[in-house]
Amino acid sequence: MELKPNEKLDIKNLLEGLENYTPKRRGWTWRKKEENQQIGPFTFNDCSTPLKNSVPLPSAKYFNDIDPQPASVITTEVASGRFEDDIRRMRMAAWHGADHIMVIRTAGQSHFDGLIEGTPQGIGGIPITRKQVRAQRKALDLIEEEVGRPINYHSYISGVAGPEIAVMFAEEGVNGAHQDPQYNVLYRNINMIRSFVDAAEAKKAMVWADIAQIDGAHNANATAREAWKVMPELMVQHALNSTYSVKVGMKKENICLSTVPPTAPPAPCMALDLPYAVALRDVFKEYRMRAQMNTKYMESSTREATVTHVLNLLISKLTRADIQSTITPDEGRNVPWHIYNMEAIDTAKQALVGMDSLMEMIQLKDEGALRDKARELKERAVLFMEEVLEVGGYFNAVEEGFFVDSGYYPERNGDGIARKMDQGIGVGTVFERDEDYMAPVTAHFGYNNVAQYDESAVNEPAKLIGGSTLENPEKIIYIDELDETDNVNVRMEETKELRETSLMKPEVEWMGDGYVMLNLFLPASKRVAEFAAIELGKKMGLEDVEVIHKEIMHPSEGTRIELKGRVAFTIDTAALVIPPEPEVMTEDEVRAEIEKQPMKIVAGTVGEDEHSVGLREIIDIKHGGIEKYGIECHYLGTSVQLEKLVDAAIELNADAILASTIISHDDIHYKNMKKIHELCIEKGVRDKLMIACGGTQVTPEIAVQQGVDAGFGRGTKGIHVATFLVKRRSEMQNEN
Amino acid sequence: MKRADDFQERRQHLKDLTDEQLEAKFWQLAEQIVEPMVDMAKKHTSPSIERSVLLRMGFSSMEARAIVEGVMDRGLMGKGAGNVVYKLAIKKGMTTREAGLQLAEGNLWDEAMETFQGGAK
Repeated sequence: MELKPNEKLDIKNLLEGLENYTPKRRGWTWRKKEENQQIGPFTFNDCSTPLKNSVPLPSAKYFNDIDPQPASVITTEVASGRFEDDIRRMRMAAWHGADHIMVIRTAGQSHFDGLIEGTPQGIGGIPITRKQVRAQRKALDLIEEEVGRPINYHSYISGVAGPEIAVMFAEEGVNGAHQDPQYNVLYRNINMIRSFVDAAEAKKAMVWADIAQIDGAHNANATAREAWKVMPELMVQHALNSTYSVKVGMKKENICLSTVPPTAPPAPCMALDLPYAVALRDVFKEYRMRAQMNTKYMESSTREATVTHVLNLLISKLTRADIQSTITPDEGRNVPWHIYNMEAIDTAKQALVGMDSLMEMIQLKDEGALRDKARELKERAVLFMEEVLEVGGYFNAVEEGFFVDSGYYPERNGDGIARKMDQGIGVGTVFERDEDYMAPVTAHFGYNNVAQYDESAVNEPAKLIGGSTLENPEKIIYIDELDETDNVNVRMEETKELRETSLMKPEVEWMGDGYVMLNLFLPASKRVAEFAAIELGKKMGLEDVEVIHKEIMHPSEGTRIELKGRVAFTIDTAALVIPPEPEVMTEDEVRAEIEKQPMKIVAGTVGEDEHSVGLREIIDIKHGGIEKYGIECHYLGTSVQLEKLVDAAIELNADAILASTIISHDDIHYKNMKKIHELCIEKGVRDKLMIACGGTQVTPEIAVQQGVDAGFGRGTKGIHVATFLVKRRSEMQNEN
Repeated sequence: MKRADDFQERRQHLKDLTDEQLEAKFWQLAEQIVEPMVDMAKKHTSPSIERSVLLRMGFSSMEARAIVEGVMDRGLMGKGAGNVVYKLAIKKGMTTREAGLQLAEGNLWDEAMETFQGGAK
């Protein structure tokens, strides 16, 4: 199976033969930074190799369509609950520049004591099962070929089934995982003894498979009432999980700290977040930084979230981020939609590429508030650990509510999360190993009396059974489906029409979900606007109408509303009348035509309009404009009266008028086009003169309806206009 | 517990340390906290660990669950579920897969118990 850019990924085909699929490779892959890299007309110093296939930023068209890729690994999170639809999102994300796909687990999986099998639908994520993981890894194995860069696949090794999930991940070629026993203890109320005992085994399997680890410390930011006050504790949480992992055998370059700038505007976030970022990177020099974006203070405004995230990216740039995570700007209003994953990835790519070489020009001050605050944080963290030891160690400290206390340590507010050693999920399920305890497998942690059976197998316990699944993947027992009603085949059958015919529905996360979003302004107060908007949505025929964002423009003058709802109908793409893309002649063909028969045009920006850039791009030789092909151009400038333009054309005996119409208020651009057409008729030159009008708000079909010969919208290049001029002239000559 | 921010008093023994010394202290404390927990992990096991061992021995998640439940019910966790399967296989001249499947189906448990003297330490 190979992917072709012009074909959809065939999920049904992908699921064929899964029972025998083994991953192409194992282990985490970092991007390689290339200094002094020439991309298009620019030199980049902080970028990695560009992709084979990608979607560049929207403005790339002004820069030869370049798509520079930052040096940090870029993460996107997928969480729709249907792995088959997430796969399509992964492919889009890879094209936009994500190479770390993090798959969120379904709600409640961390309390599931064992592996889940099959492909049941999840809530806010998928149940992580062998089949789903294998299918997604297989898809990514194909997608990474398509984009030309390895893609890291990631999920979670937490909860009460950590070791089993870790082994399954090792077997299935998962490349990254969250693993932090503190997360289980604090946020999932899993018994702390069980959590730490399990963690060692899970980490050992991760070591074998070279899986990069991300810790769970950032959750304290999201949980604490005042997120910026837990900074000393965050350093402690990072240290404990990192040290625990090193002791199990994990290499430091695979240990990534999950760190979040704790505040967001209107807090003076740089003043708080930057010293913390510096302190962390000082102390954890040898470890990797996974920079997460702030979610704690996210509201439903995607614009506001995006600005916060760009500030977070500035911190990444000023300090260090080996993995740059992205948070979709719609996370504050719904389970992320496809388009917002792409927006988030683009935000990171855009900001990081825009800040390329920044640190070659500036540096953080070596003294002053920044260093003083960083020092203070380190001292507070040291004091925290001293007191943990004073009370008898980690478990006692948790019992006494040391963690996620909203006080700025050593201040304590008494609102920390306290757990008991003899409580929590999985309590009483930890057993001491006897002297003859034995496990005949690879990547097992701790005491293992293999010698009782075979002295020579001590360093290779799996030798006792002729190799474990890690050496012999054919030993893995693959379960396909367990639930006849809740699985991918049933879901695919329900959406079969949309997958296999030309029928189509809009979607935000699942094939055929039918959701659309409306952006509106209503001249009413917030509450009135909200209910009016719902009524509007219903009258437009939408179902399940819901307001997902409202923002006051003025308490009484008006409210901005974003609304979602579902359309009940489908569109048949086969029945659409789609005009063909305009034909473009080669430069040589155009040049030959002009050489054979010279051409002259007059051009100007018409009306009360001072925009000149667009037209100059179309005309000027240095922008690849039509002068380049030998067309004689008379440019009259901006705010040209319509009559003057037509008169000039007559006087110069031109072949064509090129009018630029940027301002579109009240459809003035179309009105002007019509006027030019009429003036030419009045003056008796319409049948000799070609009229072409262009502008960012011009729709070609509507322009032609005004009577002109052609309209050119956004994205037009000189060659398009030249092609039109040559072809239309030839048509006119044939008509005559 | 509630406590005002007494950072200034508490930091007296840290304030004259260089950054390097402070960072060294940071890591030394982290090690001290973590070490007893790592030791505990070496000496203990859990149902999930044992199921993960069985997965690596070539059992499905459902088979592993059944075997570990049997092992727990019979007080054999201290031996290791993989060990129970392995030793039974040797005794019966079976492959580990065959022995494990018997256990998963509820068979041969008495013999498994015998091989470990009923679970004696």
